[in-house]
Amino acid sequence: MNLIQEASLMAGKDLRIEARSRVTIRQIIPFGLITLVLFAFALDPDRGILARVAPGLFWITILLALLLAISRAYSIESANGASDALRLSGLDPSAIFLGKAAAIAVELALLEVVLTVGVIVLFNVSVASVGFLILAALVATIGLASIGTLYGVLASGLRVRETLVPVLLLPVAAPILLGATRAWEIGIDGSISDGWPWIGILFVSTLLFTAIGMLSFGSLLEES
Amino acid sequence: MSLPVSSVSLRSVVCLIDRFPALTDVNLEVSEGEVVLLSGGNGAGKTTLLRLIAGLVPAFSGEVIVLGKNLRINCRAHRDEVALVAHETGCYDELTVRENLYFFTRSRSQPTSVADDALDQLGLGRLADTLHGKLSAGQRRRLSIAKALAVSPRLLLLDEPHAGLDADGREILDEVLRDAAAKGRTVILASHEIDRSRALADREIELQSGKTLPVPAGETEPVKPVEA
Repeated sequence: MNLIQEASLMAGKDLRIEARSRVTIRQIIPFGLITLVLFAFALDPDRGILARVAPGLFWITILLALLLAISRAYSIESANGASDALRLSGLDPSAIFLGKAAAIAVELALLEVVLTVGVIVLFNVSVASVGFLILAALVATIGLASIGTLYGVLASGLRVRETLVPVLLLPVAAPILLGATRAWEIGIDGSISDGWPWIGILFVSTLLFTAIGMLSFGSLLEES
Repeated sequence: MSLPVSSVSLRSVVCLIDRFPALTDVNLEVSEGEVVLLSGGNGAGKTTLLRLIAGLVPAFSGEVIVLGKNLRINCRAHRDEVALVAHETGCYDELTVRENLYFFTRSRSQPTSVADDALDQLGLGRLADTLHGKLSAGQRRRLSIAKALAVSPRLLLLDEPHAGLDADGREILDEVLRDAAAKGRTVILASHEIDRSRALADREIELQSGKTLPVPAGETEPVKPVEA
C-alpha cells in the first residue's frame, strides 16, 4: 500500500469508530453550540458587537472543540493496548499521522457546518462571500487538525495529557486562529481582495505543521 | 553441516522500565523455525523481553538483532514480519471482530482471506460481526491470537497465550503452534502452562530476575546471524 492508501485505512478506521460511538454528534457538537449560545447571552445587549466578533467567537469555539476531538482521538488508541498494536501494524507513521488528522478534520468540518448555521441565526450575520469562507475554513481546518494530531501524540503517553495539550497547543495554533478569523471577517464583509494574505498565512501554517507532523510523528509515537 | 540461521540474537541486554531493572543480563539465541518456551516466575522479565524483541522497548543497552535487523539502529525495521500476542488484544471496542482483523491484515498489505482463515482457525466465525467490546476474556484471547496469525508473521511472540482460554481454546492454541512450527515460523512463547508448553517447544529458556540462566555447554546448537 502507498502512503495515501495507508492514510485512508487509518482515517476510515477512526471515522468508523466515531460513527459507532457518536462522540462528535452527542458531545462535541452540543459543546460547540452551548459555547456559542453562552457567547450570545454574554454579549446580547449589543447585537452589533455580536455580528462584529462572530468570526473570532466561531474560531475560538472550534479551537476548544478541537481539544475534545484530540482527547477522543488518542483515548481510543490507549484502550486495550491499541497503541502498541498500531506501532506493530506496519503502517507508515506518516500515514498514521495523515489518517488521524484527516479523521479529526472531517469531525471539525461537520462541527463547522452546524456552528456556521448557529452563528448566522444567533449572531444575525449575513455572509457576502460563501466561497471565500469555505476556502478559509477548509485550509484552517486541515491546519488545526494537523496541529492537534501532532500535539496529541506528544502528550498521549502522559498522565497529564488532558491538561497539557491545551497549554501546548493553544499558543501554537494562534497563527491559524488569527488567519482564519481575519479571513472570515473579510469573507463576511465581501472585500475579498484584502483577504488573500490571510489565506496565504493559513496555507503556509498548514503546510508547515503538516510537514512537521509527517516527519516527527514516528519518533513521537515510539515515545508515547 | 550447515549452521542454523539466527532469528533472534540478544547479547548482554539490560533494560530499565521506569528506572526498574526489568532485564539485567539477557543473552539469547533463537534459530529460524524454532519454538522456544520462556519460563520464569512473575516479574522475571518475560513480558519485557517479548516487547523488546517486538521493538516496543526503544531504550536498552546491549545488542539486539531480530530477523537480521539491529534494533539499536532501527526498532521498526523488522516489525512487518513480527506479531505479538500481548496481554491485551490491541483491538478497538467499537469495531467488530472482523473489522479489527481486516484493519490489521490490510495494514500489512495481506489479503483479507488470511484474516478469514484465522477467524475460522480460532473458532471465531460466529462472532465475526460482534463488537470487540462485547467479547469475553477468553474470546478476546482467541481474537488476539487470530490477529497475530492474520498478518502471516515470520516471528510469532506469545505472552501468556493460554490465559483465559477454555479447554477447547487451549486445544486450538496447541494446533496453532504446531501449525506455525510446521510452516517454519519462529515462535517464542512465555507461559506458566509449563507442561503443556514444553510438549510443543523445541527448547526452554528460563528467566530469573531479568537474567537468562546460563545454558550448560553442549546443550545448544551454534547459530549463524543472518546479514543485516
